[in-house]
Amino acid sequence: MAESPFKADIERVQKEYSEKMTPGAIVYIPGSSVVNKTGSWRVFMPDFNRDKCVRCYLCYIYCPEPAIYLDEENYPVFDYDYCKGCGICANECPVDAIVMVRESK
Amino acid sequence: MAVRKPPITTREYWAPGHAACAGCGCATALKLATKAFSEAMEEKFGDPNAFAIAQATGCMEVVSAVFPYTAWKAPWVHVAFENAAAVASGVEAAWKKKGQKGKILAIGGDGGTADIGLQALSGMLERRHNVVYLMYDNEAYMNTGIQRSSSTPYGAWTTTSPPGKYSIGEDKPKKWVALIAAAHQIPYVATASIGNPFDFVKKMKKAAKLEGPAFVQVHCTCPTGWKSPLEKGVEIARLAIETGVWPLFEIENGDFFNIKIQSPGGGAKVKREGGKVVAIEFKKPIEEYLKLQGRFKHLFKRPEAIDEMREQIKAMWKLLGVDVTLPKPEE
Repeated sequence: MAESPFKADIERVQKEYSEKMTPGAIVYIPGSSVVNKTGSWRVFMPDFNRDKCVRCYLCYIYCPEPAIYLDEENYPVFDYDYCKGCGICANECPVDAIVMVRESK
Repeated sequence: MAVRKPPITTREYWAPGHAACAGCGCATALKLATKAFSEAMEEKFGDPNAFAIAQATGCMEVVSAVFPYTAWKAPWVHVAFENAAAVASGVEAAWKKKGQKGKILAIGGDGGTADIGLQALSGMLERRHNVVYLMYDNEAYMNTGIQRSSSTPYGAWTTTSPPGKYSIGEDKPKKWVALIAAAHQIPYVATASIGNPFDFVKKMKKAAKLEGPAFVQVHCTCPTGWKSPLEKGVEIARLAIETGVWPLFEIENGDFFNIKIQSPGGGAKVKREGGKVVAIEFKKPIEEYLKLQGRFKHLFKRPEAIDEMREQIKAMWKLLGVDVTLPKPEE
């Protein structure tokens, strides 16, 4: 399994973030929003079928979060920590390799 | 199976965890814009990070920079509603003085560009600053609660243009800021849409690479403000192109007689004369675009308003030098 491109950011926020107010309210840690796990917003989750995937990259391009990244073989990997479940990837997938299913806890 | 390379860089400048609504089209637009910018900077200067962003208040500013966190992984400054272009001009002047290589990206929504920031934008274009201005057009003030802007299209519902017995919703045609920007005779003006991301990325790269100011207006869906299904965001944007509601064009150096028009797809017949598009026959009626959005729902009780909309779309294409025929839906 490939690593999320944002793993380093999460580690950096955990290490460097402090409650102290900075001068001018400047935010020094780039991409620090990665600590907000927006995956809890989701009602439907994308279910990915790797065998059907033709690697057209459309889901990767359209994902607004981005909650999709590519693994070593360029297959999409869904990051359920951030996926808000909008379903654009499933709607745009030309080979129906992605289907939205209701999430069960 | 031979594996194609990803069509765009895998470097990310727009991090997840931002507070945009699920299915936000503008978030996709900004993600692609920064990726395209970084590719262009790498090809031009050998440094993919040679850019900075000045962003006006708006949806994408509010959702990306919830203090004390930020979704941006590039140098980024939030400025007031009206002066993204002015601040970008200042940053560009400072970079020039310091001899720093790179390009500035200014981002504004349709309210921050078409209404409040128009004067600053005009000043920046006229002074020929080396800045790309990206206007993400979701056709109303979405972040404050869906009020109309001058970029709201005819017939649309917003909270300040409610349809009713004596109103059809927004009753004025859309203002095309791209055409206003082109009248400054700047090197490059383009419209794009998230319905055609490859075209958008190509245009952003072209704008980023050339010297001087450029203006790109990108159409992006807002499921909250347009009352459209979350998963149809990209489909609606694509239908806007295919039905003729949203034109894709490029104007270089303010040359209105040689506007480059991209083929809309969707079965539309494009007639060219001497390499120039002179007529387009659309095959999909605009109703296909309207029916997916709750903000146009009331129009289906008033077919004369949809006919008026067709006339306005024809008039807008006429400005671009193209005769269009828009079909009516089959009964």
